[in-house]
Amino acid sequence: MNKNITIQVCMGTGGIAAGGSEVLAAFESLMREKNIPAEFKKECSMHKVGCRGLCAKDVLVDIITDDRRTIYQYIKPEMVERIIDEHVVGGNPVSEWEVAEDYHKFHEKQVKVVLSDCGNIDPEDINAYIAVDGYKAVEKVFASMTPEEVIDIMKKSGLRGRGGAGFPTGVKWEACRKAEAGQKYIICNADEGDPGAFMDRAVIEGNPHAVIEGMVVGAYAIGASKGYVYIRAEYPLAVERLKKAIKDARERGFIGKNILGKGFDFDIKIKLGAGAFVCGEETALIASIEGQRGMPRAKPPFPVHRGLWGKPTVINNVETLANIPYIIKKGHEWFSSYGTEKSKGTKVFALTGKIKNSGLIEVPMGITLKEIIYDIGGGIENGKALKAVQTGGPSGGCITTDMLDITMDYESLARVGSIVGSGGMIVLDEDDCMVNVAKYFLQFTQSESCGKCVPCRIGTKRLLEIMDRITKGAGRQGDIELLEKLSSDIKAASLCGLGQTAPNPVLSTIKYFREEYDAHLQGKCPAKACREMLTYHIIEEFCKGCGACLRACPAGAITGEKKKPHKIAPEICIKCGACFDVCKFKAVGKE
Amino acid sequence: MKKLKITIDGKTIEVPENTTVLDAAKMADIAIPTLCHHPKLTPFGGCRLCIVEIKGIPRPVTSCTTPVSEGMEVTTSNPQIEDLRKTVLELILSDHPNDCMVCEKAGDCTLQELAYFYGIRENRFAGERRIYEKKDGNPFIERDMEKCILCGRCVKVCDEVQGVGAIDFTYRGFKSKICPPYEKDLDCEFCGQCVAVCPTGALTGKQWTMKGRQMGVKEVDTVCSYCGTGCNITLHVKDNTVVRVTSKEDTWHEGWLCIKGRFGYTFINSPDRLKRPLIRTAPEGQSSPDPLSLFKEASWNEAFDLIASKLSGIKSKHGADAIGGLSSARCTNEENYIFQKFIRAAVGTNNVDHCARL
Repeated sequence: MNKNITIQVCMGTGGIAAGGSEVLAAFESLMREKNIPAEFKKECSMHKVGCRGLCAKDVLVDIITDDRRTIYQYIKPEMVERIIDEHVVGGNPVSEWEVAEDYHKFHEKQVKVVLSDCGNIDPEDINAYIAVDGYKAVEKVFASMTPEEVIDIMKKSGLRGRGGAGFPTGVKWEACRKAEAGQKYIICNADEGDPGAFMDRAVIEGNPHAVIEGMVVGAYAIGASKGYVYIRAEYPLAVERLKKAIKDARERGFIGKNILGKGFDFDIKIKLGAGAFVCGEETALIASIEGQRGMPRAKPPFPVHRGLWGKPTVINNVETLANIPYIIKKGHEWFSSYGTEKSKGTKVFALTGKIKNSGLIEVPMGITLKEIIYDIGGGIENGKALKAVQTGGPSGGCITTDMLDITMDYESLARVGSIVGSGGMIVLDEDDCMVNVAKYFLQFTQSESCGKCVPCRIGTKRLLEIMDRITKGAGRQGDIELLEKLSSDIKAASLCGLGQTAPNPVLSTIKYFREEYDAHLQGKCPAKACREMLTYHIIEEFCKGCGACLRACPAGAITGEKKKPHKIAPEICIKCGACFDVCKFKAVGKE
Repeated sequence: MKKLKITIDGKTIEVPENTTVLDAAKMADIAIPTLCHHPKLTPFGGCRLCIVEIKGIPRPVTSCTTPVSEGMEVTTSNPQIEDLRKTVLELILSDHPNDCMVCEKAGDCTLQELAYFYGIRENRFAGERRIYEKKDGNPFIERDMEKCILCGRCVKVCDEVQGVGAIDFTYRGFKSKICPPYEKDLDCEFCGQCVAVCPTGALTGKQWTMKGRQMGVKEVDTVCSYCGTGCNITLHVKDNTVVRVTSKEDTWHEGWLCIKGRFGYTFINSPDRLKRPLIRTAPEGQSSPDPLSLFKEASWNEAFDLIASKLSGIKSKHGADAIGGLSSARCTNEENYIFQKFIRAAVGTNNVDHCARL
């Protein structure tokens, strides 16, 4: 008979979207209402966990018994009863619902530091965090380390900022420590805004206490008595869990007055961002907390010297902070054993796009892109060919198929014109038009420009206009050179990181996919993705005259008699592609 | 104060600590183009025209925001910097109406002047322009936001100098715009400091419209007569008519004016303006649709004689305390002193007060 059964339901945002709340509710109500022997009810605990990474297979459910962990995938509420009957009570796992080999392959090459407890503990229960040695790092630094020693460990660990720029964390802390001021601040930057990036969200949703603990250690090291978490209001679940975590940590004395009786005060406030991407830039973030419009200012002075309210301030990214408790607990040697010479530790990436296993992964720095795409990601969906991998979101660039052996670290990616960035990784296949991809990112940065400096506000608009006409088949000779010239001027003359990196997607795609730009100038989109450049026609020899396309056409552009080849009137056609999608006989051609 | 030695374009100078590179260059008589910078306001760093190269810093930096440091070597102009400045100017002009011909600001416009110096005729980056409906019901300030280059000077002068904060940046990206809350009509003190600092024709005085720009306009320096503060003002006069009032920055009040000094000048040429004293001739209680018919024009001596005889009459009949004196804030300090002395010593009563105390 089973004893000590734990049921864990993935309830990060991905899990909840897939129905995690309903699955957990089904377990709870069935365990209560069903005629189950009392000893099972007593021995069985059920709780939610944060993101486990492989969101594509949600809802994921773990049943942990004394001797083994069984993982189920794609669980729906109606499947719960059978799992209870056969597995929880009967002791025989429902093998057909268990995860397959691809789940295990997804995890094989991953190394989990930041995410080690994420997906294993209940993020809303401080006891669960304490049970896995949570807040031991705080206890350790308060009991036996001076702030300088903490900084020294951070420097030796080689940890660099995970928000994108990769500045060494220990060096930043040291500069702030040395700045003389009565008041200092530490800010957790949780204003994650890159399209397709959800690393910080998953960390806060899955293990908020690790972030808080990292902040307490940081505050102790630099001498800050106040901290802020600047988090997007679009992350309601993360905000809710963080609020609870801060409250619980305060009640237990890990933050607040006289922490652990050592005479050190530190407390944390949450500041909700209102959705401006630029507020992830540290000086804009500071302005936003101060109640000003989120607009960056020139550096120097750097925030470590003049930050929030003019006081020395350290701003660290969520993932950076979540690394810190583990570095303190396990030592800098352990941490720096992962990674390359200059990029230590692990990095969390949000693997998305045309990849089989999309989700959240944590890999040691220095892993090759090939390993990520094929071993962890399981390759490209639908048997299509890989075209490129975009890293670093709107500030990053593309990596092409002939560079798949590139290692994932700050230096290697910078060498090929991309960046690690906050960790977005978008996989593109043969159906993706690179000009269109670059245009998409540019659209994002242009609309998120704060408007302060001319090159970013107007320059990116002009870039976008040129890209727009190229993708509409109206590109002019000399446009590519104009893009290059304007891009390099925007990079050189912009005020903050947003403008300085906004042209990267354009420059990177021109560099590696110039032939696609040239083709567009000649009126062809090789990937057949740019709608305005396509024409649809009926291939008469395949057309059966079934009328499906005629009925599907929203513009009334298709005519024809039954059982005779139909016709598309190009002057009426709005190029929506509905006919192409419905035709079963491949009789609609697009060029 | 600690002095730092720096080199700008090969010229070595000593400047006080905390000086910006832009100010240091000014001290060395080296001109750097600017649009968003204003010497009396906090640095902004938005227009990017004042970028310079500093040895050891990999990318160009804005001289208006960068403080000098010991031994700094600055290059304010070279082909790369001038090329970047030209791109920036072209970008600004690509989103600016090309209507200097009819712009109020022509001839006194920083943007126009820079376009002239950089010889920008063609524009590589021509594209969409922001189009706004001109609608602002306020009586004083013309706001043509299509001409706004978002330098932020108006926002800062309103906040930092005037302490009002009537306007701010709104929206993001290309659509960024400076406006009052919720894009309502401007509803402020109408001091017009924003008009004074605007480097383009985005903000002008409604009263100035079509009254004359630079040609044939004579500037006359004088002192504002509205109050005892005595701000220096410059009347812009065309055909013996005041068409505009400004104030120079090197005045004791740093060129800042209030609504009265800046916009309250139309009385000068008003046909209703009283230029000589009037003595009432009509009996008490009588009225007329033409009030002037109740008075006769008099000389100043006639008027003073009348006042003196009336005051003496009241004093001998009812005593000095039957008289009271009320002075005006439009008078200077000295004039107010003389007035109270007159009431106390000559009239003989302490019944004297001032409108600013009411």
